Amino acid sequence: MQTNTVSPDVAKAVQKWQKKPGSLIMALHEIQSRYGYVPREVSMEVAQLMNVPLARIYEVLTFYNYFRIDPPGKHNVSVCLGTACYLKGSASVQTALAQTLSLNKDGTTADGEFHVETVRCVGCCGLAPVVVIDGVTHGKVTPTTVLATIEELKKAQAAQ
Amino acid sequence: MSKLSVGDLARMQAEQAAAARTDWIKVGTGTCGIAAGADRVFRILADEVKKRGLAIDVRRVGCVGMCAMEPLVEVGVQGAPRTMYGAVDESVALRILDEHVANKRPLTTNIAPGVAELGFRETGIETPPSCKQLRIVTRNCGMLDPSKIEEYIGRGGYQALESAVHKLGAEGVLREMKTSGLRGRGGAGFPTWLKWTFTRNANADQKYMICNGDEGDPGAYMDRSVLESDPHSVIEGMLIAAFTIGATVGYFYIRAEYPLAVDRIENAIRQARRLGLVGENILGSTFSCDLEVRLGAGAFVCGEETALMASIEGKRGTPTPRPPFPSQQGLWKKPSNINNVETLASVAPIIQRGGAWYAGIGVGKSTGTKVFAVTGKVLNSGLVEVPLGTTIREIVVDTCGGVAPGREVKAIQTGGPSGGVIPADKFDTRITYESLAELGSIMGSGGMIVMDDRDDMVDIAKFYMGFCVEESCGKCAPCRIGGKQLLLLLEKIKARKATQEDIALMTRLASAMQKASLCGLGQTAPNPVLSTYRYFRSEYERLLA
Repeated sequence: MQTNTVSPDVAKAVQKWQKKPGSLIMALHEIQSRYGYVPREVSMEVAQLMNVPLARIYEVLTFYNYFRIDPPGKHNVSVCLGTACYLKGSASVQTALAQTLSLNKDGTTADGEFHVETVRCVGCCGLAPVVVIDGVTHGKVTPTTVLATIEELKKAQAAQ
Repeated sequence: MSKLSVGDLARMQAEQAAAARTDWIKVGTGTCGIAAGADRVFRILADEVKKRGLAIDVRRVGCVGMCAMEPLVEVGVQGAPRTMYGAVDESVALRILDEHVANKRPLTTNIAPGVAELGFRETGIETPPSCKQLRIVTRNCGMLDPSKIEEYIGRGGYQALESAVHKLGAEGVLREMKTSGLRGRGGAGFPTWLKWTFTRNANADQKYMICNGDEGDPGAYMDRSVLESDPHSVIEGMLIAAFTIGATVGYFYIRAEYPLAVDRIENAIRQARRLGLVGENILGSTFSCDLEVRLGAGAFVCGEETALMASIEGKRGTPTPRPPFPSQQGLWKKPSNINNVETLASVAPIIQRGGAWYAGIGVGKSTGTKVFAVTGKVLNSGLVEVPLGTTIREIVVDTCGGVAPGREVKAIQTGGPSGGVIPADKFDTRITYESLAELGSIMGSGGMIVMDDRDDMVDIAKFYMGFCVEESCGKCAPCRIGGKQLLLLLEKIKARKATQEDIALMTRLASAMQKASLCGLGQTAPNPVLSTYRYFRSEYERLLA
């Protein structure tokens, strides 16, 4: 088991919340926004620092959809499947992405470049259907426009 | 800046009015606007104005709610009529500067409904009689820069709080709230004054005030918009509520999926703290209250009060049976009061203008206004705020333009996964908490999804059931197992393998879930199935084996 290797940024994130009651979720948010997910080693460090059992941390991590325990892709695509987006055809966007990128079961490409997930409403229903690509919201999308954006990202990647 | 005391707010308001530039350009930069390119439009306008040395303010404001026409830019210059432009890109932005600003000739293209047409009644421009909207909750949305507390104060902000703590007192606030008839805008419609009274009457050394900003209902986004566009109005409502019930700590519980709303509320709290509007001895009174933000993490069930409080405590968001009610034993077993964002944003106007004024709007026991998020197959999707008692047709057809030419509007769905569908032949119903319940739906948080003749009602029911199955916390069997079985039945129907007996089983299961589930999620989860079956039975029967 890993011990005494608490990295400074984890310690900082935890310290900020340690003294406030019930702030495990907030500390986990800080960690996820730093790493893109909550790595198991970091959960162990948090358990140590905040003095909560690791099982309690996993209980929380696995309950809430927002937390992820596996690393995301280099580029992350969230397809909104809220009601408005669903009615406006976001399922076809999801299908097109899955086919074109040949995603595996957990929604990631074999090379780990892209990760596609579905989310329930990003609150941008007026622009439905909506996808969020690397944190940027794109409204009124079609399979064609989303795939074009993905191609651009691939090209930019190749150019580097 | 130093801490404010009595009278300072009115003085600041007057200073703001005196200092205001007469010529301005406002760019709507809510999440929708930014997604449509508003940030770029803002930069282009600001850079050009600087380059040309124009004496005109270019300001970022919140969102007026016409999402379909983003990015929105409003222009007010002396010598030309105040104009709202929609779908503004770089070339339109430059034309606005060349023609409207320089030559005082408004463009003839990209015209969007102006503030008067959108129901902002205090602009000095006459509202056309056809306008059904009335802005109370969204009174400042798109009018001011949400990142500047001075602008909120410039529009009379925090004077309701001053009046509450220095003039009315808690009893006076409760009296006005009771007279106003305001009911919870999160969906259940419980009288707000009564909820406050329960928590106020509870005896405890510590009480908590909580703002429910966990807008999980897919298709509703008015809370996001208000938090982003006018954070101080929610903070002011929060403080008045905390003062009334005797809470000294308040929590904003906001979805992590709304990063911009979180930023703007955090920024607004910091500004209010600097001015002594949050913290110790607010406005020189004996009232002290600190505010903090806690993030949700993507669990629909956390909109339920007891689950929300468990989440603030850092636990899984599973609901607990009531009683004890949150007003007795809530957060950390202390008396707590939870109100939704829209409810809280309604409080300051009620205190400032009086409960009787508010009660004069709306019909019967449904007083005041309600914000609806009209989306789906409607032409002009966006947020509208109308007095309760407005008909569905006036919202969907008259205000939002109905569905695309050649299509027919079939139904709306209100209340999200807890609500139901309402067919087009009921569109003359005046919307109240009671009328929607009679139709088998609920007010809910105000999502209004429009469906046209191509939408398949069994598919919609299956969509919502799938949502509830995913979001069930799993604590009680009726919801955990019943939901899954209902979903399997709907899949069987869709696959044309179901019989009349399956339909009978479906309705029995639905009624068992309604009666036996622990919390609102499970109790209301069968509603979309029951209401689609009630109004569109033939669509189910057509699929039977």
